[in-house]
Amino acid sequence: MDKFTKVTGIAAPLPMINVDTDKIIPARWLKTIKRTGLGGALFEAIRYDKDGNENPDFVLNKPPYRKAEILVTGTNFGCGSSREHAVWALMGFGIRCVMAPEFADIFYSNAFKNGVLLIKLPQERIDDLMADAEQGENARITVDLEAQEIIRPDGEVIGFDIDPFRKHCLLNGLDDIALTMEKAEAIEGFEDTQRQSLPWLYS
Amino acid sequence: MAAPQTLFDKIWQNHVVERSDDGTCLLYIDRHLVHEVTSPQAFEGLRLTGRKVRRPEATLAVADHNVPTTDRGAEIKEEESRIQVETLEKNCAEFGIPYIPLTDARQGIVHIIGPEQGLTQPGMTIICGDSHAATHGAFGALAFGVGTSEVEHVLATQTMIQAPAKNMRISVTGTPHPGILAKDLILAIIGKIGTAGGTGHVIEYAGDAIAALSMEGRMTVCNMSIEAGARAGLMAPDDTTFAYAKGRPMMPKGDDWERAVAFWRTLPSDQGATYDTEVTLKADDIPPLVTWGTSPQDVLAITGAVPDPAEEADEGRRQSMERALEYMGLTPKTPMTEITIETAFIGSCTNGRIEDLRVAAAIAKGRKVAPGVRALVVPGSGLVKQQAEEEGLDRVFLAAGFEWREAGCSMCLAMNPDKLAPGERAASTSNRNFEGRQGPGGRTHLMSPAMVAAAAITGHLTDIRELD
Repeated sequence: MDKFTKVTGIAAPLPMINVDTDKIIPARWLKTIKRTGLGGALFEAIRYDKDGNENPDFVLNKPPYRKAEILVTGTNFGCGSSREHAVWALMGFGIRCVMAPEFADIFYSNAFKNGVLLIKLPQERIDDLMADAEQGENARITVDLEAQEIIRPDGEVIGFDIDPFRKHCLLNGLDDIALTMEKAEAIEGFEDTQRQSLPWLYS
Repeated sequence: MAAPQTLFDKIWQNHVVERSDDGTCLLYIDRHLVHEVTSPQAFEGLRLTGRKVRRPEATLAVADHNVPTTDRGAEIKEEESRIQVETLEKNCAEFGIPYIPLTDARQGIVHIIGPEQGLTQPGMTIICGDSHAATHGAFGALAFGVGTSEVEHVLATQTMIQAPAKNMRISVTGTPHPGILAKDLILAIIGKIGTAGGTGHVIEYAGDAIAALSMEGRMTVCNMSIEAGARAGLMAPDDTTFAYAKGRPMMPKGDDWERAVAFWRTLPSDQGATYDTEVTLKADDIPPLVTWGTSPQDVLAITGAVPDPAEEADEGRRQSMERALEYMGLTPKTPMTEITIETAFIGSCTNGRIEDLRVAAAIAKGRKVAPGVRALVVPGSGLVKQQAEEEGLDRVFLAAGFEWREAGCSMCLAMNPDKLAPGERAASTSNRNFEGRQGPGGRTHLMSPAMVAAAAITGHLTDIRELD
């Protein structure tokens, strides 16, 4: 997994609520057997017209936002399907951090497993950051994970909360499977006990 | 005396391998259901790191999302779909995972075959790389839908790292009116709490209207827990559960069965257990429901009319309503029953079980699908199809002008050839009405299987209570 320490980049505004994972990436792109190559399909249905031409009004098609690394959006982002392709599509485009008042649970977990930082903030702070993100070339925001700080274009600092384990994994680019495999003995111990009490689970 | 616990607390506690100081747990996962769409990258990850599957025998794989529902014997024509299914077959062979082939009668939608085969048992933890895993909660199993990285984590370690969820209890009390099905109950719940209402929670469904449901109905309700934003849905196991479970191929047998049932009877929430959030609905307040918009929370009585964004005070909500109505091609204040459809879809992990086909067939019997309407019945599994054919339901559907298909996810998410054309409108028993869900530009109205069958017959959304 890629490390996430500090990102300074253009923040794109996407002022929509309940953005579902079908909207982030439609099901037809789920036929891939790879994690890469999905950036072009990000937000496909609203990013392109019927003939596949870019919709000039869509934020990520506008010049300063074509290289956005941060997305500021509405509540319940990532609801719906468990497809991790939604995270892979955001990463493929170059998005490293998404800020919203609330995220859907599965999407939240998927993002952190890929080194994408999701930041939950109260609606008023999201409103401020949304206004920042509207500033085009000037929509430059810094996200410092170590310090748990967002630095707005005007220099104001906003703190954010994050689960210590997820932070640790992101800062160090850790593979959580390797961490869990170190606990093989505890897992075996659990299985031995369960095999005694609920033997039919092992027959 | 120990503090009273909820069903969720008990299952969680029974599966904690290790707890960290911050409350995050390493949770043991008893069973893992795998399908072709969310697993290839996970198996690739195992290969790249030289890892094995920890308990292949606790894992079961089947292809469902991509599979054509026409000729089962033929090769899959769409290349990418074919590659994905073949990749699953190869991965299962390489890692020693039991796989149900496409030509096997037991093949079907992963959430339908788990219960059908008796893999799904009360008190278990189950995961699947699919958000509708909550279906298995109908048995009192704690089932999480997860992404591909988590699929890989569980394949490698048989565990997942998670913080405990909050407890939510949703009670549906009283007796529903005739014609009100499990789908109406869950649509009513989602309409009430919204698609983020369950975020961070596991929902326990309770109340006499839930207890009175068959296992099929309970699965329909639990299935859509994710549409309410919940991490999982649960129901207390009881005699209805045990009667459904007994004798299924993967269920415990003989003395083990007796021991298992005795254990399962200890699982329901204790008297006095507390919940972080409680919601109550009265069953007799619930009419036949349909969705009007592009979120499953956009629920309305069939007797209602398309809402008017001008009457919405909140700007964010007004904008999303306007966008939804534009996408859906609907005019505010149009009576719902005046909305005409081009397609009717009966199937999916929400409503592709035998009971769903029976209620739809009861409507279809002796009637004809309206001219110009394409009506599809896609059984949830090969065994559901077989049983329906034994009951003669296929002949009822065919005589009425419905198509009778092979098992799969089909038009629920349009990864196989069954999809809506841009602008095409469907009455659907599936679970999501998101933009493009049933095909790019397709327009979906969610409802019960009886309501979809009625819409297929009349050609427009129809109040089941008023069908001639």
